[in-house]
Amino acid sequence: MSTVIEAPAGEHEGEHDDHPTDRKYVEVAIVLGIVTALEVATYFVEMPGAVLIPMLMLMMVFKFFYVAAWFMHLRFDSPMFTKFFVTGLVLATIVYATMLTVFEFWHKG
Amino acid sequence: MADTSAVSHGHGTGTGLSNNKLLMWVFLGSECLLFGGLISTYLIYRSRFADGPAPGDIFDIPFTSVSSFVLLMSSLTMVLALSALQRGDIRNNRVWLLTTAMLGSLFIGGQVYEFTTFMREGLGYSTSPFSSAFFTLTGFHGVHVSLGIVMLMSLLVSSLRGTLTKERSETVEIVGLYWHFVDVVWIFIFTVIYLVPSPTT
Repeated sequence: MSTVIEAPAGEHEGEHDDHPTDRKYVEVAIVLGIVTALEVATYFVEMPGAVLIPMLMLMMVFKFFYVAAWFMHLRFDSPMFTKFFVTGLVLATIVYATMLTVFEFWHKG
Repeated sequence: MADTSAVSHGHGTGTGLSNNKLLMWVFLGSECLLFGGLISTYLIYRSRFADGPAPGDIFDIPFTSVSSFVLLMSSLTMVLALSALQRGDIRNNRVWLLTTAMLGSLFIGGQVYEFTTFMREGLGYSTSPFSSAFFTLTGFHGVHVSLGIVMLMSLLVSSLRGTLTKERSETVEIVGLYWHFVDVVWIFIFTVIYLVPSPTT
């Protein structure tokens, strides 16, 4: 026997129903398209690596979290989902940053 | 007080959240570790191309940019499919599900073309540590996209049979989560593998 939180059909406690409109989704896609175009543009422009790589990383991280927030609904859903996903992401980052350090990737490239 | 056995069949759960959705998020968290491993391995081996072609010599950035854009837009059509079903608009749900599957297939077609071109240029799976790491990483991603297409087609068949209704929109949402994850992984791969300047011969 345990306590169970009852929720209406197709809906659960902590999950919100105020998802964006189709228009908002299209706006999000346009922003993502523009950022992708900017990313691709860097390929055709001569730029020092010290500027180019951080710029590409910033745009990549923005796109990653923008898709997760809007299309995957993390912005609207329960924070519990975000916690599970971010835990995997942080764990992967720590494990593989360590691995790359061990293999001297940061020095050798 | 209610018995927990009701949880798996009913809508009430111990956390107040959908168990299926929670499971998908846990799975996606674990997938970060899988792709993290493959990407790190690629980064370590990308300079070890032996006598074969180097990454900077063979990558076709304009072509890959178009496939990346196609996959990105498939995320939009996926979310529109979910939105349509949540409104009870079955017809548009089917249209967007089919569009998403077609965009996914276009991406896979592009990947097959890219792999074939690389093979013709002398880059086989076992040519060098770089080629093995590259084909394993992008191949694994391609398999994920292909599985996503199978799931989308199953949803479409389900819809045509009349079993995919507004009340079951969570199924589309869960497949959508998987599809968007495959997209965000490609966002990462596209930048780190293709756009960050690669070694040349």
